[in-house]
Amino acid sequence: MNVHEYQAKQILEAHGVNVQRGEVAATSDEAEAIARQLDCQLYIVKAQIHAGGRGKGGGVKLARSPEAVREHADAILGMQLVTPQTGPEGKLVRKVLVAEASDIERELYLGMVIDRTDSRLVLMGSEEGGVDIEEVAATRPEKILKQTIDPAIGLPPFQARELAFDLNIPRELVNKAANLMIGLYNAFVDSDCSLAEINPLAITKTDDGQDIVALDAKLNFDDNALWEHEEIGAMRDPNEEDARELEAGESGLSYISLDGNIGCMVNGAGLAMATMDLIQLHGGEPANFLDVGGGATTETVTHAFRLILADEKVQAVLVNIFGGIMQCDVIANGIIEAVKQVDLTVPLVVRLEGTNVELGKQILADSGLNLIAADGLSEAAQKAVQAVAS
Amino acid sequence: MSILVNQDTRVVVQGITGRSGRFHTQQCVEYGTKIVAGVTPGRGGSDVDGIPVYDTVSQAVTQTGADVSVIFVPARFNAADSIMEAADAGIRLVICITEGIPALDMVKAKRYLEDKPTRLVGPNCPGVITPGECKIGIMPGYIHRPGKIGIVSRSGTLTYEAVDQVTKLGMGQSTCVGIGGDPVIGTNFVDVLALFEADADTEAVLMIGEIGGTAEETAAQFVKENMTKPVVSFIAGQTAPPGKRMGHAGAIISGGHGTAAEKIEALEAAGIAVAESPATIGETLVRRL
Repeated sequence: MNVHEYQAKQILEAHGVNVQRGEVAATSDEAEAIARQLDCQLYIVKAQIHAGGRGKGGGVKLARSPEAVREHADAILGMQLVTPQTGPEGKLVRKVLVAEASDIERELYLGMVIDRTDSRLVLMGSEEGGVDIEEVAATRPEKILKQTIDPAIGLPPFQARELAFDLNIPRELVNKAANLMIGLYNAFVDSDCSLAEINPLAITKTDDGQDIVALDAKLNFDDNALWEHEEIGAMRDPNEEDARELEAGESGLSYISLDGNIGCMVNGAGLAMATMDLIQLHGGEPANFLDVGGGATTETVTHAFRLILADEKVQAVLVNIFGGIMQCDVIANGIIEAVKQVDLTVPLVVRLEGTNVELGKQILADSGLNLIAADGLSEAAQKAVQAVAS
Repeated sequence: MSILVNQDTRVVVQGITGRSGRFHTQQCVEYGTKIVAGVTPGRGGSDVDGIPVYDTVSQAVTQTGADVSVIFVPARFNAADSIMEAADAGIRLVICITEGIPALDMVKAKRYLEDKPTRLVGPNCPGVITPGECKIGIMPGYIHRPGKIGIVSRSGTLTYEAVDQVTKLGMGQSTCVGIGGDPVIGTNFVDVLALFEADADTEAVLMIGEIGGTAEETAAQFVKENMTKPVVSFIAGQTAPPGKRMGHAGAIISGGHGTAAEKIEALEAAGIAVAESPATIGETLVRRL
């Protein structure tokens, strides 16, 4: 699960990470009021959507007065913001963050992920902040410095200081930077993040010297741990998520929308991905990824059909089930029941394999339903692609 | 012959009194697996279908000599804790079927295992089977047959599909290992490849990967440098969009990395035959042999 920048900053701030003063607004009135409250020289107005590169699309503006904040908020709120990460259709902006703008001297990068190779948390830093860190990783990997964290110890101050010195953070700010890094680590662990990024982390000029501030923040959370963190689940913004994916998640199905026209229903994630690949190999395009899970009942299959058919792009449905412990005859009856309950107006191709497969096929054949039976994976994909073409 | 488990393996089931724990225990017993004990804290002294239940893994090991454990404890009942308990009790091999364990809990559990001799397979995996001898997990036993192909996979049903194709082409399997679809897992491709390379009765290996992470690339390097036996592969998720978790917690293309194309390129560069389609995994294996 993802959250907005302003929410990520709230979580980080609660763990001692220094962020700019600011608040979120849903209207230009609110934006102006926040600016008056902040009462500073320079303001920044930032569109809140779940995508990076917002500045490039015109979603981030500086302002010198509360009136100017209002004007920018007016322009940004309600805009369809297109960034390199949103796709060409962009995303509707519903909220803006109004904050005190900083006088930036240098921009750094700070991030934390779980390294899958050695199953440890890794704190990463780079002097090339404020830019696309993936590009830095790809072209100048030596510019990304790492500290691997022992989960039994946590992030000790010396490791944080080491990274701070390696990043050439000014000596008088090193301890503050180390505490900020420890705050990032604590936020990551306390809320079961899967990714945390502060980009840019800025060295700023202040009236009495320098400061170190998180100017932007991104947190992703481990879906498997959300049940332990109600307060984070409550931050979910349904406007940022695909309605069908959300609905699927609530009923225990795993569903991802894609751009094609062949709806897929498969048991098991690996087989579901392989089925999508197979459709493309035969010249078709999958409309979705859908794993009905190991214990596919009539209920889950019915629900899955409804989800697939709610997608207007779908012109055919391919059901691919490998019945292992789950028997094919039970699945066949489930499919028949489900089809009776939903209004199926597109061709349905069914491929069953596994336990009691002959009985399952017989049940489908005797059902009188207008479905296309397929033997084997290739035939199933071919028939689904043909069904769409005809 | 085989790797990891065989006819002498003595198994304790953690979470035996739960619905799926009990059901799959029955299935394993029917297959011929020696399930010698179950564990559910607070249910010690009872039995499940004649199998004695203990309060702790330590008691089960002392009383029954179990050397392998299989975990059906649900994620919300702290399955990562069950993994550590098994390791502490001296279990040689822990097979964790449980899906949905938070990644940071697994980071801790793996740290706990670091200085212990215990091997962990999974979590979020179908288990391990040596056909005709021992089935520990949720895979349908009857699609397997004893033979010389070692299979290792990150997936469940896609593995059954591959096993089925291999069996129908007249070949059997030495051992099939599901390593699981999570980002933090106990045993990876390289560990299993090394075991198959050393196993006298495995002649070739089928490795089924998917998008996310770099385990396949690491495996490709290992095969190139260390393996004499032929390896055949399939990678699922060639059409998966970036940034989306495809069912498995670990199956995600992030930061432009972990794509199927990268993995296939690395595998082919290491001399591994990669099946183009999931329908031709078996055929690709036959051609390679």
